Amino acid sequence: MLIGTTIYALINGAILALMAIGFSLTFGISGIANFAYGAFYVLSAYGIWMLLRLLHLPYPLAVVLAVAFNMLAGAAVYRFVLLRVRGQALSEVIATFGMGLAILELFRYLGWVGFEYTLPVFVDRSFVIAGTYVDMQRILILAFAVVLILALYLFTHHTATGLAFRGIAQDERTALTFGIDADRVAALSVAMGAGLAALAAVFIIPLGSISPGEGYDVLIKALAVCIIGGLGSTGGVIAASVMIGFAERFTDTYVGSHWTMIVSLAAIVIVLTVKPSGLFGKQKELEERI
Amino acid sequence: MSTAPLLRVVHLGKSFGGVKALRDVSFDLAPGELLGVIGPNGSGKTTLVNLITRFIRPSSGEVLFKGRKISHLPPYKIVRLGIARTFQMVKPFYQLPAYRNMIIPLCSPRMKQLPGARYGDRDAVALDLLEQVGFERDAHVAYKPAGALPQGYLKRLELAKAIALQPELLILDELFSGLSLAEVAGIVPIIEKLRLDGMTIIMIEHRLKELFRVADRVLVMNFGRKIAEGAAAAVMEDAAVKNAYLGSEE
Amino acid sequence: MKRRKERIDRGIRVRSSDVFALCSWREMLYLSGPRLLPVAACLLLPAVLGVYWQKVLLSVAVFALLAMSWDMLAQTGMISLGQALFFGVGAYGAGIMDHYWHLPPWVTLPAAALGGGVVCTLLLLPVLRLRGIYFSMVTLIVPLMMVRIIEATKIFGGTEGLSGMTPLPSRWVEAYVAMAVLLAALFGFRRLLDSDYGLVLRGICDNDRSVINAGINIYWFKAQALFLAGCVGAFAGAFMTHVYMFVGMPVFALDYSILPIAAAVVGGPGSFAGAVLGAFLLVPVSEALRGFGGLRIVLYGLFLVIFIVALPEGIFHFLQRKYHQFERWVEVEK
Repeated sequence: MLIGTTIYALINGAILALMAIGFSLTFGISGIANFAYGAFYVLSAYGIWMLLRLLHLPYPLAVVLAVAFNMLAGAAVYRFVLLRVRGQALSEVIATFGMGLAILELFRYLGWVGFEYTLPVFVDRSFVIAGTYVDMQRILILAFAVVLILALYLFTHHTATGLAFRGIAQDERTALTFGIDADRVAALSVAMGAGLAALAAVFIIPLGSISPGEGYDVLIKALAVCIIGGLGSTGGVIAASVMIGFAERFTDTYVGSHWTMIVSLAAIVIVLTVKPSGLFGKQKELEERI
Repeated sequence: MSTAPLLRVVHLGKSFGGVKALRDVSFDLAPGELLGVIGPNGSGKTTLVNLITRFIRPSSGEVLFKGRKISHLPPYKIVRLGIARTFQMVKPFYQLPAYRNMIIPLCSPRMKQLPGARYGDRDAVALDLLEQVGFERDAHVAYKPAGALPQGYLKRLELAKAIALQPELLILDELFSGLSLAEVAGIVPIIEKLRLDGMTIIMIEHRLKELFRVADRVLVMNFGRKIAEGAAAAVMEDAAVKNAYLGSEE
Repeated sequence: MKRRKERIDRGIRVRSSDVFALCSWREMLYLSGPRLLPVAACLLLPAVLGVYWQKVLLSVAVFALLAMSWDMLAQTGMISLGQALFFGVGAYGAGIMDHYWHLPPWVTLPAAALGGGVVCTLLLLPVLRLRGIYFSMVTLIVPLMMVRIIEATKIFGGTEGLSGMTPLPSRWVEAYVAMAVLLAALFGFRRLLDSDYGLVLRGICDNDRSVINAGINIYWFKAQALFLAGCVGAFAGAFMTHVYMFVGMPVFALDYSILPIAAAVVGGPGSFAGAVLGAFLLVPVSEALRGFGGLRIVLYGLFLVIFIVALPEGIFHFLQRKYHQFERWVEVEK
């Protein structure tokens, strides 16, 4: 049972990491907390569903289109909404929050909930590893999470755009003097966050079904991971995801499934008391931001 | 000098990640002195001020005020001990009239600590302070919204906010920057008067001529280090200082 | 011939913000009218409305309190996405005191209000030192987590909640207590934020570095603002527990977080009167649109986005401007 729980804990961690990485990336680069993140996640899921059911497009094509659509939507949100309120914290938060709300509740109103609303798994197989059944989809999630993190690392350290991202993240004013267009980068960051949400949806939704509630769940989990791991830090996302993943899974197996949420909440409370900026948090306290 | 120094900076250093913004800076400041701090941009002058007022934490070294270590205290407590500073970038509350901008310092707990603390209406005290820094009472300049005032007045407002706290040590971060010669000429007498009243002052400046009129001693910084210290004239003859400002011929 | 809009202050001498000499009935009415009107409305409405709309009025009061609480926090620089936290803590506080200890409403209401304020302040204390966005994030997820926790652990009645609370003596008492607290909060908050204390709070929002520089401990002030806002929000929750005689998981629902923000943003952030105005507008509309179900929240979301981006001043400030100034188009010479 121990090995089985460990395997599922790792997978749980990978799921959490996939959910949180988009949000963390957007914030890390441009300081925008995209509270419509959950909505983007669900939006892409419903989008693919529609492409598959109504237009009968092949699955890979639908995925590509959905990711592209999400990225465009993200950039559009920046260009038409966020750009106008950039810099005013109150307005940014409320604008993204309101949008996410409108989108999720629209789907809830349309009543697109139910078992037929789901995405297919990639390969319908399962394996037996060390005495536990593990389906292929979950293994793919784990693999993809690792690949994604590596790809992001390479991107931000070895490509021009990626380095521009890190430049803006470190010091916006100096980056501006290097000719980096802050607005372009910010729009890209929102777009990438939305695109990553779409990718996460593609891998994770097949485990269950699509529903607007998923959108709120994803947002909660992404926020929890970012609070514990530290906003804007990829290392923090990894560490926090693994930690919460293990904590939740082991609590579920050995204590009871009711307690998993309490464990997450307790983790947040502990982190906030001991190291408020998160495990790997680079957020300095107020005084340090002068 | 037989009196103990008011401020002692001992081997102060600060690193931001890999960047050493300040390295091993030490100096003493006697009560009633006016110390000028000069140096090229990026030499660490503002970092020094931020460290003394503890808006950032030092990586190494210590600051002692009246013999007491202060580097572990939060910034608001340091203000209450008697150190006040102005900021390089003045950001008043633009919609409020100038004198209302003074209310926040006058609400400070420091006001209660002062012997013979000023009683009476805060608004009246604010107007009085502003007059001291040169807001002409007849022209009712103090009633204008801060957004409508030119830079010279905004800098004086910043100064008034610091003076309101009746500090023992006043740190002025580039007070003269962005001001015309006339405006600077208007502020210098105010500073001279503060000196005559016995206040200890540190002035970070780029405008050397005006600074040298008032400074007792000058400290020169470059690349985070102190490269010279002493009377103004002597310091300007120092080869290292010339090198820093003008560059060497090699 | 081009035109431009000209805005001129109305010709009433008394429009200053300080001491002024009132020299005519017209001037006195000009000043007191906008203040007496809502007071009169609040006092008269319970008497003229039927039973159903009286209940709606209670809802209006509750959401107005939550909206004012939000506005208070927003003016200090803390943007709460979880007013439901204050509401829920107060609601459960009153519910627990009634259900387990059988305390009467006139004890539970103030106790839950103050206790709720304390609990929420302590809970959010660590976040005050961080960037503002953390406050928004934590206030968003904590109530949502509470829902799931209550559902899973079945404490305090679990999914069924606690029922059979003591109601307030009569619907008249309900209505007038609500109105009284509403007016007290409205005028109290306005007075507070206009004072020097309020200036410090607004200073913390605008330029916290400058306030630290004045020797003020901004975290202490933020905690105080949080406590005040928390008490008001908790009172709203406790009140509703006694009105519905029930408390359950739904008190932490997103509804109680969103509608107050929408009310404050639509009504006019930063003025408290705007928050109340927004509540008076949105809650009845919400009731009337009950048939549309979830579509209402879609509308709130859209309202939020539209207002915050395009009409940030809100309705109240718009009306205020019209009241104090008049505008007209004038020709511009070439």
